[in-house]
Amino acid sequence: MSIFVDENTKVIVQGLTGGQGRFHGLRNRAYGTNVVGGVRKGKGGEDVEGIPIFDSVAEAKAATCANASFVVVPPAGASAAILEAAAAGIPFVVCITEGIPAHDEARIYNVLQRQHSGTRLLGPNCPGIISPGKCNIGITAGEIAQPGGPVGIVSRSGTLTYQALYELKQKGVGVTTCVGIGGDPVPGTSFIDCLAAFEADPETRAVMMIGEIGGAEEEKAADFIAKEMSTPVVAYIAGVTAPPGKKMGHAGAIISGSKGTAKAKMEALAAAGVEVAQNPTEAGELMVEVVANRT
Amino acid sequence: MDLFEYQGKQYFARFGIPVSAGGVADTTDDAVVQAEKAGYPVVVKAQVQVGGRGKAGGIQLAANSDEVRQHAQSILGMDIKGHVVRRLWVEHASDIAKEYYASFTLDRSTKMYLGMVSARGGIDIEQVAEEDPGAIARLQIDPSSGLTRDQARWLVDEAGLDVEARDGAVDSLLKLYDCYVEGDADLVEINPLILTPDGRVHALDAKVTLDDNASFRHPEWDEFRDIDEFDERERLAKSKGLQYVGLEGSVGVIANGAGLAMSTCDVVNQVGGTPANFLDIGGGASAEVMANALEVINADASVKAIFINIFGGITRGEEVANGIVTALGRVKIESPMVIRLDGTNAEEGRAILKQVESDEVLSRPTMLEAARTAVGLAAQRAGGAVK
Repeated sequence: MSIFVDENTKVIVQGLTGGQGRFHGLRNRAYGTNVVGGVRKGKGGEDVEGIPIFDSVAEAKAATCANASFVVVPPAGASAAILEAAAAGIPFVVCITEGIPAHDEARIYNVLQRQHSGTRLLGPNCPGIISPGKCNIGITAGEIAQPGGPVGIVSRSGTLTYQALYELKQKGVGVTTCVGIGGDPVPGTSFIDCLAAFEADPETRAVMMIGEIGGAEEEKAADFIAKEMSTPVVAYIAGVTAPPGKKMGHAGAIISGSKGTAKAKMEALAAAGVEVAQNPTEAGELMVEVVANRT
Repeated sequence: MDLFEYQGKQYFARFGIPVSAGGVADTTDDAVVQAEKAGYPVVVKAQVQVGGRGKAGGIQLAANSDEVRQHAQSILGMDIKGHVVRRLWVEHASDIAKEYYASFTLDRSTKMYLGMVSARGGIDIEQVAEEDPGAIARLQIDPSSGLTRDQARWLVDEAGLDVEARDGAVDSLLKLYDCYVEGDADLVEINPLILTPDGRVHALDAKVTLDDNASFRHPEWDEFRDIDEFDERERLAKSKGLQYVGLEGSVGVIANGAGLAMSTCDVVNQVGGTPANFLDIGGGASAEVMANALEVINADASVKAIFINIFGGITRGEEVANGIVTALGRVKIESPMVIRLDGTNAEEGRAILKQVESDEVLSRPTMLEAARTAVGLAAQRAGGAVK
């Protein structure tokens, strides 16, 4: 099984008529994702390579029964697009947009929590989600992921997610679902949300978690793993050499004061019984051992 | 973007937060002019983005023009924890009855805003938090509803501010919250927020970090940017639109994606080397971006070897390879480079690189092998330089 998406997920793309939206929307469809529509105000009735365009998410949902939305809209309009999807009752929204202001993200998160608790937001600033062979929403190159499980992946970093998928494929290890939660300070979906979903999924028999410096989400995840999980976890944390006070590319990747260091995160995870790797290659190797022991 | 104190005070003033009269000075003569305008006695303050200015002698009281001249002379050019003072802020000295603390920032663990007020201002707040956590009043604020006057009042009362300061402090707090939210700041902090003997409350210092992601809706931020504190390498990288952080080592790092770039620095470290920088060329980088990245690394004299680590997702292998070839044609690359290329169109990329491979341009199949090779080369060349 997969988490959050599967072969029955019906996806609309908000921003399908834009350059990025068209490229990734069509690429997702070519992978086999069920892309049923696009949304762009003022372009309702048109189509993109046979995918119908609607003026609003509500119209698109009514016409297609979509149950997921892929938001590919520039930063200034992304918040409104996410809230529109939530207001239309779309239960799963993936937003890849990079560069959304922090206050907008904080507001969206809290509005969803209080007014649209039935909507899960993945991202923003994330590579998306792929359940190999079933559904790919986002910008991950589908061919680097091996279908079939038994490993679930959750990651804060885009390219390290690809690296992880690739390491596992090289070793012949399949993936149930790979979720990129994104590197911003207020992600809609957290490590714990994904870990809990993987724990509940009978086909996911091991989880790879990829974190980085900044915040305390990895520490909270460690606590959750220790208390709530029987599925084994292998983790890798990037940023051991990152200096305090400097943003390392991701808005969330910053060490402030004595908090958020890679070392503290690795220690917390190790104390929770997680196998902690020193680099992505080692993470792949550790995972092969874990999978072998579980079968 | 971190603002200097004087910029932070200018930003505060836009939102109506009371600050002292003062002006900016880059020379001793300017400092005297500003002092005359503000009225003696004045405080001459070093403008650097680092804590501990006062202890380092970067904040001085002056009663007349001779003293201003003397202090300005000693502070300009002063090195405070590696930051050279190029600018002063000269303001009218305030009589201080009490010093408080106030700030707003995002609490990432609850994903709400955190407002903090303390009656123990004027000193390092992290120290207060450690020694006497009860001395800081904290309030979680829901970003979807905002801060009410009642909540501001609660914070001020809870912190135990002096009764005569409370109305002024509530006012300042509400304005500071506007500055935080409407002003798109990641952090606003007043330390100290003072009470004067005649009962006025105002900001004696200003710490503001602006959210770069919001710059598209703040054209007025441009004026803060031109004197931004970057090192020379960071300035060059920024002018080319690259995500770059200067570090201290000898292996120049280029990678795509923030996570992979951090991971690359870590791996260099694990195999016994030291990264000279963090450089993320981003997703979907073109040949031009790759060539720019190589030029930035090449301009850094401490770089002894270059490690290019690319995992193509949106970024395509042949674009990366073409960028390397372009850069080799455009400038003389001073250091040997080691390339690891995987992912989308990696085969095409490797085929292109084959044509330029030499003792100075090497390919390695994995991240670890490439790191070992680059670190080995850097050590060899550093050794050579010593002889």
